[in-house]
Amino acid sequence: MNRSVLALLPLFLLVFAVDIGAAPNPTELRAGVFDPPRLAPDFSLRGSDGSELKLSRYRGKVVALAFGYTNCPSVCPVTLGYLAEARKKLGAGAKDLQVVFVTVDPERDDTEHLKKFVAFFDPTFVGATGTPGQLAEIRKVYGITMSNKIFTDAAAKSRGIYYLDHSSFVYLIDREGKLRAMMPFGVTADDIEHDAKALLSR
Amino acid sequence: MTPQASDIDFPRTNSARGRRVIGRRLLNWVLIPLAAIAVAVGAWAALAPVRSESREQVYVIPKGTWEHRQAGHHLDVIPSRIRLTLGVRDVLVMKNQDDVPQLFGPVLIMPGQSFQMPFQKPSEYIFTCPLHSSGLLTIVVEPMPEPGLARLRWRATGLVTPGAWL
Repeated sequence: MNRSVLALLPLFLLVFAVDIGAAPNPTELRAGVFDPPRLAPDFSLRGSDGSELKLSRYRGKVVALAFGYTNCPSVCPVTLGYLAEARKKLGAGAKDLQVVFVTVDPERDDTEHLKKFVAFFDPTFVGATGTPGQLAEIRKVYGITMSNKIFTDAAAKSRGIYYLDHSSFVYLIDREGKLRAMMPFGVTADDIEHDAKALLSR
Repeated sequence: MTPQASDIDFPRTNSARGRRVIGRRLLNWVLIPLAAIAVAVGAWAALAPVRSESREQVYVIPKGTWEHRQAGHHLDVIPSRIRLTLGVRDVLVMKNQDDVPQLFGPVLIMPGQSFQMPFQKPSEYIFTCPLHSSGLLTIVVEPMPEPGLARLRWRATGLVTPGAWL
């Protein structure tokens, strides 16, 4: 064996002995976190509970704010399903978690329609709608993007059946009304419960 | 006097032996150590742990970005394709140092604010993003590479990918 190779042996062993990293440093929340948090932009819409729905009326609670529409074939029902499941997992803490579902499709989603839709998942959920202009302004301040109407074919177009592509995030607002976090589509009920619990404990 | 064959061959033989000696020394002191280093580096790249001190991959939207864009310059201040690795660099941090709110992918970030996004699932995420001239932001989240060829390939890719972590 060559002496020069033997001389390199300690170096060779060293690279395997050194763990170049430290322990994982997971963030406290599983959602994306804003730092510093700002006050969540307030709005005033028509609530599915029949009253004027102002976001600020939920101060003292944690709000999970979602955007979508009742004719959504997949993303919105899945999101609301996870939110309902997370709320059940919270047990007694669930009374301090309010889910607000703001429509991106005011043309079809009136308050009655929204009421039936959200109640299917959880009777405490509240839907909200308004004029196209009001809703566009709210989407803008939250960074929600959406497409124009998507018609699958001419027959669907003639019957007025369309889909909308839109950002599918859930915004988490703390008890003080600050926008703390944003959860992308695909998180589980466990993730939502985890983060809601963390915000409720503050 | 006629020169003997040995008189003529001697320098040639001496030169050949010299070349052999130089070749052997070259092999012993340069080539073998280089090969050993290459093997060590390769083995390290394939087997060494890949955790890092911080799991954050930070990007900054610099001051003046909005003004540049208003002036018609399309600067990609942030890569349009970001590569993250679970367990190593899986927290994307976006800092807005501009004077106006910026929409980075799906997130509206206020001036002076940052947004930390942890990823937990390997996938390719594509977002619309006005910060890029292409209008798209792709975030590739890769699983933690297994020891061996996967880890070696992962490190090799990191060498040629801007902003990637080794």
